[in-house]
Amino acid sequence: MDEIAPEYDVVVLGTGLTECILSGVLSVKGAKVLHMDRNDHYGGEAASVNLETLFRQYNKTTVYGPGNEPWKKYGRANDWNIDLVPKLLMSNGELTNILVSTDVTRYIEFKQVAGSYVQQSNGAKATVAKVPSDAGEALRSPLMGLFEKRRARNFLTWVASFDEANPSTHNGMFRATHISYDTRTPGMNLSQSTMKQVYDKFGLEATTRDFIGHSMALYTTDDYIDSRGQAKDCVERIRLYVNSMARYGKSPYIYPLYGLGELPQGFARLSAIYGGTYMLNTTIDEVTYDDATGKVTGISATMKERGEEGEGMKFRTKCAKILADPSYFPGKVQVVGQILKAICILNHPIDRTDNADSLQLIIPQSQVGRKHDIYIAMVSSAHNVCPKGYYIAIVSTIAETGANHHLELQPGIERLGRIEEKFMGAPIPIYAPLGSGAEDNVFLSKSYDASSHFETMTDDVRDIYRRAEGKELVVEGLKEGQGLVAEE
Amino acid sequence: MAARMQQGGRPGGARFAQFKLVLLGESAVGKSSLVLRFVKDQFDDYRESTIGAAFLTQTIALDDQTTVKFEIWDTAGQERYKSLAPMYYRNANCAVVVYDITQASSLDKAKSWVKELQRQANENIIIALAGNKADLVAEQPDKRAVQTADAEAYARESNLLFFETSAKTAENVKELFTAIAKKLPIEQASQRGMRGPAGRPGGVDLGNRQEAGSAGGGPGGCNC
Repeated sequence: MDEIAPEYDVVVLGTGLTECILSGVLSVKGAKVLHMDRNDHYGGEAASVNLETLFRQYNKTTVYGPGNEPWKKYGRANDWNIDLVPKLLMSNGELTNILVSTDVTRYIEFKQVAGSYVQQSNGAKATVAKVPSDAGEALRSPLMGLFEKRRARNFLTWVASFDEANPSTHNGMFRATHISYDTRTPGMNLSQSTMKQVYDKFGLEATTRDFIGHSMALYTTDDYIDSRGQAKDCVERIRLYVNSMARYGKSPYIYPLYGLGELPQGFARLSAIYGGTYMLNTTIDEVTYDDATGKVTGISATMKERGEEGEGMKFRTKCAKILADPSYFPGKVQVVGQILKAICILNHPIDRTDNADSLQLIIPQSQVGRKHDIYIAMVSSAHNVCPKGYYIAIVSTIAETGANHHLELQPGIERLGRIEEKFMGAPIPIYAPLGSGAEDNVFLSKSYDASSHFETMTDDVRDIYRRAEGKELVVEGLKEGQGLVAEE
Repeated sequence: MAARMQQGGRPGGARFAQFKLVLLGESAVGKSSLVLRFVKDQFDDYRESTIGAAFLTQTIALDDQTTVKFEIWDTAGQERYKSLAPMYYRNANCAVVVYDITQASSLDKAKSWVKELQRQANENIIIALAGNKADLVAEQPDKRAVQTADAEAYARESNLLFFETSAKTAENVKELFTAIAKKLPIEQASQRGMRGPAGRPGGVDLGNRQEAGSAGGGPGGCNC
């Protein structure tokens, strides 16, 4: 086996999506990268696993074996690629941008998600309807009464035509009230306004505000409404939704064939192509720091496959920086929230969703008396994640109570109808780094949050890049002029 | 699965199908060199370990009517510490497993790669075994460490195509890839009408790189 180089520019620990994107980008930019993971597979928390692995992961005390292999009645375990993190890609979002700029789209095929739905009311009175994404759909939507439809249409027309740089699109109304992106008039612009002021301007009803804020702007709580300056962010989020929707038509979301676990693998391949060194099954024994400066100086580790005899391959290497997911430095992170999640296997589509083979369904918090929304993300054999006839639905939310977590997810679980298998574990902690990494050159990522897409993950990628490299990450034109050796 | 029929069923019966081919084998047995010879008809004596030989394509005309395009995936060095991702094997239609005929241990390694393919890849994958560096043995016969008959016997019992090749002199390189092309289910691929993602129902072309009317495969397809 080849020797590990005596020194690397960057050591990356954990092969989650955040880490793999950074590893890929840094390698393309010429850094010498060593990328390791303690697991025997890529993806960390963002992996997709097969059905047998899922059963074993959620039932650690169960002894499986001949006669007790419940996954066998669902076809070949390997035909299942079940995401551990329920997220979808916004088709006009930043992850899509990074995928295209890096050509990782060569390794992964994507398909549309068939629909985006929102629930109004609850219990027996609950309605489920498509989220209207443009002025025309607003007029046809069952979510609103006749007059409200027109107001919603006006609002969406304004959002769609809004051009930050062009005041003439800001609408007479906004010019009259001086609400615009123009920061030269402090106190009177979107960056300084609350979303409540904007909703009030258009006279939107509470239920409309609810689906706009939660199923289009994708806020998981109502905190955004009265937050000063949040209006600009909200309008941008709605525009991302609308533009993503406009790109392919059925929903604003796309999803990779074979599951989200393909994403970290694709970026790891990118990194490897540009010289990144990959080692799975590798545990970190020690991280060394300079006594005087406190900065990281190197790392020692052991590569050993499960079941492999002997000591494994021990090695030590120098490095100036470490990028890692929170699990590698538990002393340098804090818990900032807890996600509840139930992975459910169905053999039918979800009721009242036009038999969609894949969807997102949001139950806004106000509809079910909560503070945080409940999300359902469903994919199926249309995305090669399970055998034909099955559907994988993940119900998730942010924990609000200390116990009875299954009750918190209940409104979402009820929406699914008959469930073949349900996998639900303890609340999943969300970690965030305590420091910026400037003090020791160990730059940590955040856990995947409760949002339904990857936009906050790509914000984290940009933030880590800024902290570690001291400049902004520009992905556009990333591969130009990098000179592949043997590329066509 | 990944076979992509791009212009199948043209009048006159011309057939054109695209297949994913993966390379496997120990480091330094000449995997990338074989592909470089096949794709660009080049050879470099002092080639470094694989960097940047990520995604090559080459077309073979089997006859006037039949063209096969290989979408060739290199390991990008991820085999070095046994860290190839499942993505690498996914939907591979064919594989070339390479060993060095001057290094006996490299054939053992090749055998374990064949096992790995049988475990991870499609069950009907076409596998070819290539004993590379035939030029070294032509110059100095005592350098040979793997007898042709031994490797051939192993290939026969495992149902693999077998060639001794030289990326340096081009010996048997074209023959190797042609033999693979002949075994691929071109007819089936054309009848299924499998296409790239842009042509798959609901598939999307993220890059929007394709011009209208182009037959290209979009993401995952070649960009040449």
